[in-house]
Amino acid sequence: MDLSRKLEILADAAKYDASCASSGTEVRDSSDGKGLGSTAPGMGICHSYAPDGRCISLLKILLTNACNYDCLYCVNRASSNVTRARFTIDEVVKLTIDFYRRNYIEGLFLSSGIIRSADYTMEQVVAVARKLREENHFRGYIHLKTIPEADETLIAEAGKYADRLSINIEMPLETSLARFAPEKDQRAIRRTMGRLRLKLDEAEDAKKTITKAKPPRFAPAGQSTQMIVGADSANDRTILDTSANLYGAYRLKRVYYSAFSPIPDASRALPLQAPPLVREHRLYQADWLMRFYGFAAQEIVDEAEGMLPLDIDPKLAWALRHRERFPLDINRASREELLRVPGFGTKTVERIIATRRTSAIRYADLPRLHIVRNKALPFIVLSDYRPSPAALDSTGLSARFKPKARQLGFGF
Amino acid sequence: MHVVTIETETDFAGWRQAARTLAMNHVEPADIIWRFSGSDHDLLEELSAPRLPDPVEGTFNVPAKFVELAQTAILHRNPERFAILYRLLLRVRSNHDLLEIATDPDVAEVTAMARAVHRDEHKMQAFVRFREIGRERQARYVAWFEPEHHIVELAAPFFARRFADMPWSILTPDLCAHWDGSHVTFTPGVSKADAPSEDRLEEIWRRYYASIFNPARLKVKAMEKEMPRKYWRNLPEAGLIKPLIAGASQRTAEMIDQAATDPHKPQKRVETDMPRNTQTSADNLETLRDEATHCRACELWKQATQTVFGEGPANAQVMLIGEQPGDKEDLAGHPFVGPAGQMLDRALEEAGIDRKKTYVTNAVKHFKFVPRGKIRLHQKPGTPEIRACRPWYERELALLRPELVVAMGATAAQCVFGKLTQINKNRGRVIELADGVKALVTVHPSYLLRLPDEEAKTREYLRFVDDLRIAADFIRKAARAA
Repeated sequence: MDLSRKLEILADAAKYDASCASSGTEVRDSSDGKGLGSTAPGMGICHSYAPDGRCISLLKILLTNACNYDCLYCVNRASSNVTRARFTIDEVVKLTIDFYRRNYIEGLFLSSGIIRSADYTMEQVVAVARKLREENHFRGYIHLKTIPEADETLIAEAGKYADRLSINIEMPLETSLARFAPEKDQRAIRRTMGRLRLKLDEAEDAKKTITKAKPPRFAPAGQSTQMIVGADSANDRTILDTSANLYGAYRLKRVYYSAFSPIPDASRALPLQAPPLVREHRLYQADWLMRFYGFAAQEIVDEAEGMLPLDIDPKLAWALRHRERFPLDINRASREELLRVPGFGTKTVERIIATRRTSAIRYADLPRLHIVRNKALPFIVLSDYRPSPAALDSTGLSARFKPKARQLGFGF
Repeated sequence: MHVVTIETETDFAGWRQAARTLAMNHVEPADIIWRFSGSDHDLLEELSAPRLPDPVEGTFNVPAKFVELAQTAILHRNPERFAILYRLLLRVRSNHDLLEIATDPDVAEVTAMARAVHRDEHKMQAFVRFREIGRERQARYVAWFEPEHHIVELAAPFFARRFADMPWSILTPDLCAHWDGSHVTFTPGVSKADAPSEDRLEEIWRRYYASIFNPARLKVKAMEKEMPRKYWRNLPEAGLIKPLIAGASQRTAEMIDQAATDPHKPQKRVETDMPRNTQTSADNLETLRDEATHCRACELWKQATQTVFGEGPANAQVMLIGEQPGDKEDLAGHPFVGPAGQMLDRALEEAGIDRKKTYVTNAVKHFKFVPRGKIRLHQKPGTPEIRACRPWYERELALLRPELVVAMGATAAQCVFGKLTQINKNRGRVIELADGVKALVTVHPSYLLRLPDEEAKTREYLRFVDDLRIAADFIRKAARAA
């Protein structure tokens, strides 16, 4: 099999992993002339976008798509009829360097099917990273998939070379994982995430204390995970509770949500339909509310519903359920309160706080503060604007935000 | 009217010098025509207008943020930028806080210009595509790019730091940047025809692009937002966008319609696992520990990482029992490895007890907590959880048959005594329980960590060590008696 055919198979096999981040790692470059590559300070760089709207930042591939496991949702499961391929370590190293030199990518995201044993698979993945770093002095970004229950020394070595490590939790419910992925065990996944966090903390602490010995390098961009949405019956409330638990317990940088998508040669046991993309989008918004807007998981989803509304964003939905807190005078409200106003982003809030120190905010200022006027107006008071008291109480308020019903055709 | 000529499109130093002189001479923004040397202009008008006023001694201060902002905004292609920046300069000079006012029209305009420049720089970092000329050691990498603003000088250092070990050139219509391995140099702009038109890797890159695309989740707008069409003509992969979109719905429908084929026979190549623990000689503590891994006797397992079982030799004379694992114990899977564990180690050593010879466990074997943002807040286990977990303690006790059980804290005391038991009333002496177990009650080491003032901390620590000394004496006597 030639290299480009292998690449097709092993990129196709890797595309269901949503993670593409290449940011938040240590600052490196090759200005000493002894290596290749650098990391982007601040924002990660997305070198291309596919028509699925996903960024292409890393060369995202599997080392092999042969797999011992038979996870129903996975295109690479043992019982699937997809064509199998396997890269050699040198092929991955060369492809990464070749792509990197042409500025196609920020680095490598390497995962693998489980072959032989967890330790054998992890050793193969680590060997690629080792060769890139030690022999080719590659200083770009490396994301490695961590195999649960892999040996401690392999995990330590993976952290030494990688910027980010990740283990996918796969399913929001432990019972679904047991049903769909009989060889996987959420407890083993959690234990390994716990081990990663201890190592991340250790490296972090070592940076703070001044010692002569160089602190052990361990995945400076932290760890992340992914949950498949829509393959099982878990509702949004369950999903967000699971995320909150994972963020708190293992200090994850990100939880990625991946709408379950039809795969070639799929199993009959799963819902074969268009992926729930809007739901996925709402979950990301809710995730942001938890991480940057001070919302607790329990607040975001209406207890009785269990699901996020699809037609409006979760913050707006929260505000409509808590109208008694509005309208809010944005010239006086606290940062915490401002973060809860529909249509206000974190940067908008900072701009408001800086601006109002010296000048009152008026109606005409809204566009310059990048405020979505239609969304925010019913909820705010400005020095020259106040919504009509009836507006907040009216039942029509929710209707105002729903997308217009589309006319399907003319009666004849 | 003054005509001011700036050397090049990106000459910030020249603008700064001219602006300083004009401002010191109190020249109004409306009385200045800004030009730069390369541009066509009306010679007559220029000749008739006065040049810069004479330089005035001295300087004035503006916030560093303004300089930073102006340096970026001046790279914008807006022909009015020199004038806009001068207007803002005069206003910032009299009001140093002006830049904080996001609602000010001048601030908003200049900020938007700077943001557009940074975005363009970011897109250049992303969308430059190098093409290789020559092979191996003679290789040189050349790219063609069409920036929206005057960003070549701004962006070049990024490429120099990243691709330091390879000679490269980035050609643009405005200006070309070149790296020879030690310096960046600039030459005038060229046309696209001067750039290489292909690269041997582009075919495989295109195959990668097509394969990483998931036809079941078409989101063309999201793509166009981040990769606007104006960049497409210089991206080797962009030619695939149209056909990929066109074929997407059919490919998806096929995946959905296709009946799953008969599964292959599993292609497992299982390597026999190395036996991890060869010591199988009816090590009952081990089997008990294994069994506890799957404990679901209460709800605590759901939120926690793992069961944290007791640890220590099977012939331990002392069993130390605490409340429950904490954050760190939950992650590590071992009891007393966090801050309370360190406190315990210190106290044991002072009391003359070797921790390695003790068995250390907890009354409740899962971590109970409430999530608070990024941390997990410890919660005291309740009676139902203590009860649910007690069978594990009973079985540990039955296997170990220690001379003494040291219950640390109220939860441990409740577990050992089988009822609520006050620490202060019962500490300081060995108590024989109905089932023949000899127990000593003391505080939990984490109690010592929580005490607010140093004096109380020292006092309570010494009492804790005293209690442990009683345990040490007791074991010594028991050993002599045996």
